Amino acid sequence: MVEHTGIRVVHRGGSKINFREPVITSDSRFLLCGSGESVKVYSTSTEECVHDLQGHTDLVTGVVLNPSNHLQAYSCSADGTVRLWDFTDGILIKTFIIRYHIFSIHVSEKHVGVLFVVVPMANEKELFQLVAVHLPRSGDPEVEVGELSAVLCDVSPNPGAVSFGTGGEYIAAAKGLQLEVFFFKKQKSYRFSLKSGMNKGINNSFTCISCHPKEDCIATGHADGKIRLWRNFNQKKEYTYSTLHWHHNAVNTLRFTPEGSTNLLSGGIESVLVQWRYTQENQKDFLPRLGAAITHIAVSPDGSLFCTSHADNKITIILSSVKVSAIIQGLVKDDCVRTDLMIDPRSKALVLNGKPGHLQFYSLHRDKQLYNLDIVQQEYIHEQGVDQFQVVKAAFDTHGDWLATVEERRQKSSELEINLKLWSYDEQTQSFVLNTTVTAPHEDQITAMCFSPSPETTLLVTTSLDGHFKAWLCQLAKKIESASWSCDFVGGYHLLKPGCCCFSADGSLLAFGFQEVVTVWSPTSWELLTTLSQPPGAVRDLCFGRLSCSKYLLGTSTKNQLCCWNLLTCSLEWNTPMDVSLLQADPFSENMAAFCSQSGSTDLFVFKPSEPRPLFSKKALCTGKVERAIFAPRDQMLESSEEYSQWLNRSQLYFLTQHMDLMTFSTKTEEDRLLASSKQLMVDDSVAITPFYLLLGRHKQQQQEKQELLTNPLAERTPLPQGSIAIKELLDTPAHVLPSASFLCSMFVRSLLVSSSSAR
Amino acid sequence: MGEFKVHRVRFFEYMPTAIRAMSFNAHTERLALARVDGSVEVFNFADRYFQEKVIPGKDAHSIEALCWVGGRLFSAGLHGEITEYDLENLRPKYSLEAYGGPIWTIISNPQGTHVIGCEDGTVKLFEVLAEGVQFERNLDRQKGRIISLSWHPSGTRIAAGMMDMIRVFDVLTGHAIQRLLVDRSVGGCKSRETVVWTVVFLSDHTIFSSDSAGKVQVWDGHTGTLVKTHQLTKWDVLALSDESSVVAGTSEGTVVQFQFIAPNLQQQEKEWVRTRTFKNHTHDVRALVEIGTAIVSGGMDTQLVVRPLLEKFEEKCFASGLRRIHFPHRNLVSCAQKARLLLLQFPGQLELWRLGESDGHGKPGDILPLKTKPEKLLYLKRKGKDHICCSALSSCGGWLAYSTVSSVRLYRLQTDNNISITKVPKLPKVLRSAHQLCFSSESSYLFAASSQSSVLVISLNQSECKYVHTLKPKSGMWILIYRLCVAVDGKWLATANSDCEVHVYNLQKLELHCMVPMYSSCPSAMGIHPTTNNLTMVHADQQIFEFSIAEKQYTVWSRKLQMQGLHNLWLNRDTPVTHVTFNPKNPDQILLHDMYMFCIIDQSLPLPDQKTQFYNQMTLRSLSEQERPSHLHAFKVCKSFQDLMCMRLLDDQSLVVVERPLMAINSQLPAPVRQKKFAT
Repeated sequence: MVEHTGIRVVHRGGSKINFREPVITSDSRFLLCGSGESVKVYSTSTEECVHDLQGHTDLVTGVVLNPSNHLQAYSCSADGTVRLWDFTDGILIKTFIIRYHIFSIHVSEKHVGVLFVVVPMANEKELFQLVAVHLPRSGDPEVEVGELSAVLCDVSPNPGAVSFGTGGEYIAAAKGLQLEVFFFKKQKSYRFSLKSGMNKGINNSFTCISCHPKEDCIATGHADGKIRLWRNFNQKKEYTYSTLHWHHNAVNTLRFTPEGSTNLLSGGIESVLVQWRYTQENQKDFLPRLGAAITHIAVSPDGSLFCTSHADNKITIILSSVKVSAIIQGLVKDDCVRTDLMIDPRSKALVLNGKPGHLQFYSLHRDKQLYNLDIVQQEYIHEQGVDQFQVVKAAFDTHGDWLATVEERRQKSSELEINLKLWSYDEQTQSFVLNTTVTAPHEDQITAMCFSPSPETTLLVTTSLDGHFKAWLCQLAKKIESASWSCDFVGGYHLLKPGCCCFSADGSLLAFGFQEVVTVWSPTSWELLTTLSQPPGAVRDLCFGRLSCSKYLLGTSTKNQLCCWNLLTCSLEWNTPMDVSLLQADPFSENMAAFCSQSGSTDLFVFKPSEPRPLFSKKALCTGKVERAIFAPRDQMLESSEEYSQWLNRSQLYFLTQHMDLMTFSTKTEEDRLLASSKQLMVDDSVAITPFYLLLGRHKQQQQEKQELLTNPLAERTPLPQGSIAIKELLDTPAHVLPSASFLCSMFVRSLLVSSSSAR
Repeated sequence: MGEFKVHRVRFFEYMPTAIRAMSFNAHTERLALARVDGSVEVFNFADRYFQEKVIPGKDAHSIEALCWVGGRLFSAGLHGEITEYDLENLRPKYSLEAYGGPIWTIISNPQGTHVIGCEDGTVKLFEVLAEGVQFERNLDRQKGRIISLSWHPSGTRIAAGMMDMIRVFDVLTGHAIQRLLVDRSVGGCKSRETVVWTVVFLSDHTIFSSDSAGKVQVWDGHTGTLVKTHQLTKWDVLALSDESSVVAGTSEGTVVQFQFIAPNLQQQEKEWVRTRTFKNHTHDVRALVEIGTAIVSGGMDTQLVVRPLLEKFEEKCFASGLRRIHFPHRNLVSCAQKARLLLLQFPGQLELWRLGESDGHGKPGDILPLKTKPEKLLYLKRKGKDHICCSALSSCGGWLAYSTVSSVRLYRLQTDNNISITKVPKLPKVLRSAHQLCFSSESSYLFAASSQSSVLVISLNQSECKYVHTLKPKSGMWILIYRLCVAVDGKWLATANSDCEVHVYNLQKLELHCMVPMYSSCPSAMGIHPTTNNLTMVHADQQIFEFSIAEKQYTVWSRKLQMQGLHNLWLNRDTPVTHVTFNPKNPDQILLHDMYMFCIIDQSLPLPDQKTQFYNQMTLRSLSEQERPSHLHAFKVCKSFQDLMCMRLLDDQSLVVVERPLMAINSQLPAPVRQKKFAT
């Protein structure tokens, strides 16, 4: 086996955009947010990603606008650097090397040339300090920063717990039960502590902080849902605060809107944006049903836009009239994906669990969620300990006309509730419409589900822990809406529990794994064709070979076996001892991908069932077990000639690691192509460059050129005097018919004058 | 600490009434408080909030407002009269009909002029003279009632809160010069008038108003324009008070503070900002006073709450703690030790109960079975309109006396087999009213603390009662006597007056024996020891003195106690001791109680110093017999009985403990008008 250096494992999309507070630019046209190792620039009006600022080598932990140049932004990262970007052109201007793990960054207009970053304390890793970084003036693109001066010790690493006060005169930081206000002019800090409410069962510790832009008022949010407004905090005793209470759970984030109509925005797990009128705190506006817990709020410098980050990897852009104007949705990642990763055959989107009770359709090429399909169609009640219906299985048929989903709910006291739902694709609305609901299709959990790939019938097979498999047949009607589903066949094998099922590529064979026994059936006659038993260990995965290898059936077992049967001879072709956690077939080639977990990490082997040698192998792909993977079709075929990367020509393999990172493989040719396309995109223009713009913009440019021709005064002068009608008349007319010279003269002179109507 | 059989009595259904109005006299540091039943209480804020005086109420005589002028206290109510109180004799001095219908408010200015607001829309000015008040003139009559009034500190302007509006009057001309319209409630019904419950006129001509629509509004008094509206609740804001800050009480039981704060720390310009919210009440807050270092509030839930403003204190002290005053600082229960009877005093009636009996024996902490149940023997309704101010029961159970402000009644009781009560017909003429009544131990004399700081001695026997003598201190000052105690052997009588003086009279010679050295705090309870004849006094500031009557000086134990000082935990207790008694079987033991504990002081044991564990009963219980003596100290505190109204030692060495749980009082309160629900 050989390792290939030409193929890299890369993050491609799907990273968190809600990790830190986003930033809206001062003209409110762009939104910047850290996303994994890059900073993304989104257009606030079209929701499209305009630039992907790449350069950091670790997680980006904060983005702020440069206070002295509103077209630039600083970003800090866990890799110990702060980078300065021109975000309109997507150019890295400077890199400041600080060499500490940076947790957050703060700037103030008053402190020019100084950045405030939160880094771990020198001797203790658990404690953090806020340090001022004096940026050296140097022309080099990479500058080492030597000078760090500590401002506040023992601060919270949460960037929401530090805020600059009016005009940068003081900085306020909260941690635990203590609020600290540091005045730069006096170089003096005041500390205010709250009495612990722990003995009363109240957690009143500080969670977030925000300072009023004009007045000396600090708003703090607390874990018990209260908001306190602190005033008079330049005195040790006579300070005072008032309390606002609406949130029933911790206040995650607080933000004052800029001067003018100053309001206080707050958000928490209730997923309601609350707008408190400053000094009229009884009057508050709500923006409810934002979908998920609010984690950050950002306000544009002119106050015309707000945006809220949500726990489900979403940024909502809200107008100042408290109306949602745009939603930037990243890949929704819960703790685990219960459905398999799937590719929607129509949109070629990745389909997986999204919000609770939903399936999300995620475009891998554009790194954008296309839409959410509400499967459960029940109001999601946010409460701890309430069991909700969850989508556990989903499957598409080959053309994408049908979608089958399984949802289940197990409550501690009651029995398992299962629903099988069948959705048909509606051409008009371009989405799936519920066709049939089967309540309790099986008596126990459904373990596998697949559609028959044969073009004649629409057949769905489900297997369940109750020892049966069922075949569901669609009686097709003229209209797809009036199609009806019925159970066609119920089968089993010696009361063993089926764990997986698989159709052959043409749909003529159907294989089930009944614990240790593999059974092969004919779906047309429902007759058991053959049984293939294998050495000990229950069957975990089954896969038919494709194209030239369609005579092979591959299976993996829990006892570290990968077996390949020849279906023509009904005998074992080969087997190898491997702990295969996942077996995935490429639908566009003969290739198979096997993820093997070995001593805490995962190895990948790509092979053809007919060939004994793997096409590609990669050791220690990532730590932990890979549970989900999918081959996604490429929109453009690669023409890679190298043998080791040929398997990536037609499709691309995506997989989810244990930490829910979506990874993929990229080849050299692909990267070259990407680089070229990004250069092509780098057009200097004031308009956000989106694919839509490229389509329309070119058209516009041509129009503009035309208009320029018309309005240019130089263009006006091109018709030379010879061309004018008066001169032509003068020169072409025979001399004997010409009028007198005195008459001609005035006519000639008049023809040279620029008439007022034509000038316009 | 000694073992007792305890009668745990919970049948005393004492029910305080709601607080209606308050007024604070900053000069004398006295807080006057009016309750809904018409009674007026005076608390001394310089002396640990001790309830010095209680003026009993009267039927159909409600009080809407109270006001101090110098040291004189005035009230006005819906009966349409202005009343001045005689604070030495604890009775209304006189009442003056104002001829304007019900009076909603009364206030005074520093120059000594009263104004009242009447139902018929007039604001009437009264002049306070040395001997009374005199009507001066009316300001312009308005349509609608005048609910609230406030003087401008200069005394030239008055702001009046009315229905839907506030008017500002020029006092010199009597004309209304501003008319400030108050909005009706936003969500509620538009046709309902907004009542301006209170107005506050500040010296910079800012007017604060609170109204029934739940708003506190800030007005500019010069121009009559609205500066700011604070919507505090959806319901009424009932009370406002000012000092350096403005506080407002709402019908949800919250108190909201407004402070005059500069929005920018560097600038001088200030504005009123709503700051803190206190929630100490369950019902409407009807009366509020800010006294500089604390906010005092009272309302429908009958308790008086003193909420200190912690930023005004440099260090922890008694005044920096939150105080709640629930029970009166005097005894409402009398006990006949021999006859095992209890006399319970209510404003309108007296109840006589016989205690239950039990012959069981058990371990400490057991509940003994009752042989006979406690039994209500008598329900005695008072005569006339005036409420009962004091009552007494002789220890043999044969005599019962009570007094109102107008009369004293004495009854002969027979409780042995068939209960009978007969009124003693001819009482001496001098016995018209009493502040305190007390029988001698063998029931041969009745002592009545009467007006002019005298004590009347009346001899009782089967056939008649006869006036014997009037005991008077030497000085001619008329000062209220509020505590009486008689020695068991009938030789000595001690009186305490509100000037903190304690006089001891010799009853055999019927003359003043001596005066105890003056102490700055009022004695809250006194007792004369049955064998040694030492007078034990516990003061409102929790100091304990023991005075030997025979030697006319403090005893050795008392001097030792003062030298060493009392334990801080004892000194910082919440409520004053209301009764002192002695254990006849063990002459070293003094029994005291306050609302939250009862205590046995054993004079034979060493005194605790600051380092000893003060509440040591639990530790003692865990120690072995040998170790115990080294941990003992004189103060043995028992907290197993809470909300104590009374504790007495009967002659058969059993204790009677009368409890009135606060929970029971709260459950009898009417349902709150408005309750704040979460997220509304």
